[in-house]
Amino acid sequence: MSNNTMSARLKSYGIWIAAALLLLILPFIFSSGASHTTMCLAGIMIIFALSYNMLLGQTGMLSFGHAVYYGLAAFVTAHSMNWLAKNGVPIPLLLVPVVGGVAGLFFGILFGSVSTRRGGTAFAMISLGLAELVYSSSLILRSFFGGEEGISTDRTKLLRVFGYNFGPQIQVYYLIAAWTLLCVVLMYALTRTPFGRMCNAVRENPERVEFVGYNPQFVRFIAFSLAGLFAGIAGSLAAINIELAQASFVGAAQSGAVLLAAYIGGVAFFVGPILGAILVTLLSIKLSDFSEIWLLYFGILFITIILFAPYGLSGLLMMHAQFWRGPIGGRISRLLKLLGAYVVAAIPAIIMIAGAVLLIEMIHHVSQKAAEGPMMHFLRRPYLTVNTASAIPWIGALIALFAGFFAFRFTWPTVASVWHKALADAQRSGS
Amino acid sequence: MNSAVELKELQKRFGKTEIIRGVSLDVKSGERHAVIGPNGAGKSTLFNLVSGRFLPTSGSIHLHGENITGMRPFEINRRGLSRSFQVTNIFPRLSVWENIRCAVLWSKGYKYSFWRNIDKLEDVRARTQEILELINMANRAEIPAGVLSYAEQRALEIGITIAGGADIILLDEPTAGMSRSETEHAVALIRKVSEGRTLIIIEHDMGVVFDLADRISVLVYGQIIATDEPAKIKSNQKVQEAYLGAAGHD
Repeated sequence: MSNNTMSARLKSYGIWIAAALLLLILPFIFSSGASHTTMCLAGIMIIFALSYNMLLGQTGMLSFGHAVYYGLAAFVTAHSMNWLAKNGVPIPLLLVPVVGGVAGLFFGILFGSVSTRRGGTAFAMISLGLAELVYSSSLILRSFFGGEEGISTDRTKLLRVFGYNFGPQIQVYYLIAAWTLLCVVLMYALTRTPFGRMCNAVRENPERVEFVGYNPQFVRFIAFSLAGLFAGIAGSLAAINIELAQASFVGAAQSGAVLLAAYIGGVAFFVGPILGAILVTLLSIKLSDFSEIWLLYFGILFITIILFAPYGLSGLLMMHAQFWRGPIGGRISRLLKLLGAYVVAAIPAIIMIAGAVLLIEMIHHVSQKAAEGPMMHFLRRPYLTVNTASAIPWIGALIALFAGFFAFRFTWPTVASVWHKALADAQRSGS
Repeated sequence: MNSAVELKELQKRFGKTEIIRGVSLDVKSGERHAVIGPNGAGKSTLFNLVSGRFLPTSGSIHLHGENITGMRPFEINRRGLSRSFQVTNIFPRLSVWENIRCAVLWSKGYKYSFWRNIDKLEDVRARTQEILELINMANRAEIPAGVLSYAEQRALEIGITIAGGADIILLDEPTAGMSRSETEHAVALIRKVSEGRTLIIIEHDMGVVFDLADRISVLVYGQIIATDEPAKIKSNQKVQEAYLGAAGHD
């Protein structure tokens, strides 16, 4: 093998090796039990969001019911684990997600054969209907769904390999990390196959696809089935992670969460849903430490992204790729200049947001918790106690909101001029 | 000579409106056949029937003798008939290269394969490159198709149509909206790509029609009133009356 192909291979595999190393050392960087739990949830969400993006971003199918495949696979997994443990079948926990994947694939094929006949709005509506159907049967079919308690299981009861029983969270972390990496690699590889490219063609123009020999319905069907497979693996890992499968796994909130994660990260780029999954997981865990009404802020974030950054976080990042041209010194200095401009804009933005949040929290306190008295712990921090009966915090919040907004507005031309200068500079040194 | 496309008593009704009123036509294998007629005569509808976009109300369509009536567009395409569209119909956010490659894949037998790396398919790459050079867009390969100029998009449309190697090609007004010099380019391209194939072309530009066609069919108000060689069509009394008369109202 020549040096050239060696370095090309290293380049294409390098990123995966780096990702594997990162996953290996992450639990040592963030070593608390809580962060291990968070990372496990993030890994599961990454697989789930990427599987969702096989539909939305790659094939142009808006599904409101992707949790069906995630959740049903979680139940099949919990039942399988119980059955394996009871009968002493020598299959290690490491391979159990295969069961979830097969279950997801099965339900993907089953429901997909109905729902993928149409694209666009019809598909979206059918996905919503199927999700409701499955969720309501979860309340009826008690032996499979286990009613309100769900189906619990014990991951330590399966065959032990090399003495690992997957009791400690750190062992589960490595199990989830390995499956996450495998699924990400596979889903990325899928985008670079004849099928993957025809998915993009179906997203762009399903009618034209019919006139180049492909059946767009069949492309959608395969995409849907494979998305079910990967959603199934994610659901399976979720059941292993909390040793429980419950009805909420197939519910609308779960379907909504994956849509939000994909959209916030950006559906146009492969990495988008990965970023979105990490952010959504972090927010849903951390925000509740600061506010009871964290879902409201979550919704505001979603709306802000839809309005101002329709390509999501990955879109924002990719906009900066155009500055990455020419000599390395120029690249870094351009990005540093931009970063400086962002910091200048961020200061009034933070003041504006702080004013808005204080206002929202005080309104919430006064309207919902008047019985607790006028004193409120802002952001649930006792050292930030605010007297909602006094006019001062109200006036302060309003001033912060409006002054922050106008100052923020004032910084936009500066940011724009730095942006354009850097762009002109990049174009000069790139050509 | 064998017939490539044969239409028998083809009829298409939309509700109560009859657009195609009993068309029979025999297009010989290897000929360049033009379909002309005034606006609203049903030319595009005829293409939509032959390519499977619409189902005929009655009558039948045969491709190399095989009855393809009622087949889906992709089934007809796999049997070697490919068409272009009057209104540009491409994959706007995919690159020019991807646009052509999508049209190459099925003909090379890769179908829905999700286990092969597309960038390593040498035959697909070579064919895509060949088509790009043929339509003179090799230097535009990486550009999203949606930002191309109108004439370039029309050329890409033809490229997508021929990329799969179909032996019967239907072009729906390929030069519409083009300038004189763009039209000349397009005609040269059409001549080149239809070499050794069967071409059916809808065209309003009579210069193009008489330059290109071996035979011409005149469609007026859903019926073919004449099919003949260009010189004879020109002198055909019925054509002059009906076609020129109707065209005069445009």
